[in-house]
Amino acid sequence: MSEELLRLEHLSIDYKVKGGYLSAVNDVNLSVNRGEILAVVGESGCGKSTIAHSIMNLLPGGNEEVEGKILFKGEDLRKYSRKQMEAIRGKDIGMIFQNPLDSLNPVYKTGKQVEEAILLDGIDRVQAWNKVLELYKDVKMPDAEVRANSFPHELSGGMRQRVMIAMMLSRNPELLIADEPTTALDVTIEAQILEIIKDLKKTYDTAIMLITHNFGLVAEVADKIAVMYAGEVIEYGDVFEIFEKPLHPYTTLLMKALPRKTKHEGRLQTIDGNVPRILDKKPGCRFANRCPYAMEKCMENTPPEVFVSEEHKCRCFLLEEQAEGKEAAE
Amino acid sequence: MLVFAVTLLVFSLLYMMPGNPIDIITDRKVSAEKRAELVHQYGYDQPLHVQYVRWIKKIVTEQDFGQSVRYKVPVWNLMKDRIPRSVKLCGWSLLIEMLLALPLGLLAAIKKDSFYDRFSVNFTLMLTSMPSFWLGALLILIFAVGLKWFPISGFEHARNYVLPVAALTAGSLAGTLRLTRAEVLEVLNEKYVTTALAKGLPYRTVMFKHVLRNALIMVTVSVFMSLPWLISGAVVTEKIFGIPGMGNLLLNSIVVQDFPVVQAVLLLIAILTVICNLLSDIVIAILDPRIRIAIGGGDK
Ligand SMILES: Nc1ncnc2c1ncn2[C@@H]1O[C@H](COP(=O)(O)OP(=O)(O)OP(=O)(O)O)[C@@H](O)[C@H]1O
Ligand code: SF4
Ligand SMILES: [Mg+2]
Repeated sequence: MSEELLRLEHLSIDYKVKGGYLSAVNDVNLSVNRGEILAVVGESGCGKSTIAHSIMNLLPGGNEEVEGKILFKGEDLRKYSRKQMEAIRGKDIGMIFQNPLDSLNPVYKTGKQVEEAILLDGIDRVQAWNKVLELYKDVKMPDAEVRANSFPHELSGGMRQRVMIAMMLSRNPELLIADEPTTALDVTIEAQILEIIKDLKKTYDTAIMLITHNFGLVAEVADKIAVMYAGEVIEYGDVFEIFEKPLHPYTTLLMKALPRKTKHEGRLQTIDGNVPRILDKKPGCRFANRCPYAMEKCMENTPPEVFVSEEHKCRCFLLEEQAEGKEAAE
Repeated sequence: MLVFAVTLLVFSLLYMMPGNPIDIITDRKVSAEKRAELVHQYGYDQPLHVQYVRWIKKIVTEQDFGQSVRYKVPVWNLMKDRIPRSVKLCGWSLLIEMLLALPLGLLAAIKKDSFYDRFSVNFTLMLTSMPSFWLGALLILIFAVGLKWFPISGFEHARNYVLPVAALTAGSLAGTLRLTRAEVLEVLNEKYVTTALAKGLPYRTVMFKHVLRNALIMVTVSVFMSLPWLISGAVVTEKIFGIPGMGNLLLNSIVVQDFPVVQAVLLLIAILTVICNLLSDIVIAILDPRIRIAIGGGDK
């Protein structure tokens, strides 16, 4: 029933760094359907932003190597030319960045920067400016007209993020990638921004890839969730299902570590050990050094993605064991 | 303030120099009494501060820069014709420097580490490290003497200015180009560049409207700040190409100790430097809204 909009197939991204290749993203398979919110969660450095930027072909350039497919409405964006990519950006896929404070050009008025995007659709200036003001109201910007004529440094972080959202929604993209849209903001503003995003999803039926390391946020807005660890998606599925019965040991630990109340404790900090930096890929489960269930084969073999149900998959040998156990029992 | 400091300093230095202009323009045959009378007439026997105050007063009240001791005409008459020539030289050089350095620097930054990048940076560096008199002579040899494309010297036609402007520009080009490159590289790392690309703007638009526009702020500051340097280069260039401009006038007047002329020229240069600093402040304020607010008193 729901149409698939974005599909990542065997996406791997390595950064060439001193001493080898840093495996930032490894064999990621994900999809986002129209009108759906997919939350991508994981600790800092697990490759979330890398995935987001690769979809828009906006990786820093120079030192990364990308493999796999990025299919948008069935077409591989990696085969697109620069021109074709420019046509997609903003128009079909919008992106909100992690840090709203320096994501706006300091020398232009914020309204002008939003208008610049709208003008790409060949709308005349007067109409475009009216649209800017309308959008500012949509994102609940106080004093829309004044703010549109302000420079970025005259606005607070929350206002700047509103500008970013207005900018990226101005051309009604079908997919919005929001890379930690609220991390830099305080809790009350975060709640407001979330409301805006939810509203916009309702009004425009935009699909959203919401990147975050805040579980509270996920529970509130997302339909699906992808849990990442050290560059890999280790579990994916329906939000309720995963919150109810997580399968991967990492997800389980995360859920346990989840305090119910405040945002800051909601961050993932409570598992012993550190996320490894994977230099030069080698086989083995990336979570093995911290996993309480680690077995011998976890060290030498990479666990495959196993579908538990149609919409729920997990990357861990325990599942195979269980399956075998069941089979043996029968 | 700076203007006073410079003129006072120069005044004092000239005052302390052995001999006075009268000794130079009069030869031995002139009697000592006659000489003393002349010295008195021009006021060179007065103490330093009296001379200085009198000089300033005349300029401010009568726009009178004094008489050239050597040419026996008002200094202003000497400068009147020469200023436009020097301005033409410096102005064109500045314009061409910017027109070349900005796009070339942008390109060098975009194609960082490519052959073009290394070539443009090193080539201009080579140009800059050549002494300007040597480069001037080289240009004359190749394009005026050898190829006969341009006249060796003169100042009447536009053609006369091609080589001097080239020589002068070459000196400051590398600095501006490399600064542009460095600034662009820095701006390219800024998040708002990614934002601009993400909203779907064409690459070219992003480069010019967002990247170059921000890089321009620092480059402009630097160019204005380095104007005195350009002017000093112009002095030498005028000499080499025989353009009778302010630089030439200054050099010749120093040689013959024509104090009033030296004073007046240096005063002008000092004023110009101050104006440049002011201008650069104004231009930055226009280019950078963050500063505009600071200067404008923080209104919203
Ligand atoms: N340009 C780069 N060159 C080399 N390594 C990079 C580069 N960009 C990112 N990395 C590395 O790739 C890994 C993934 O980074 P990424 O920014 O995608 O993480 P993230 O999940 O977005 O983290 P955060 O939650 O802190 O934003 C990190 O180890 C990071 O150090
Ligand atoms: S594969 Fe092994 S080490 Fe990895 S999470 Fe599963 S049990 Fe733990
Ligand atoms: Mg990130």
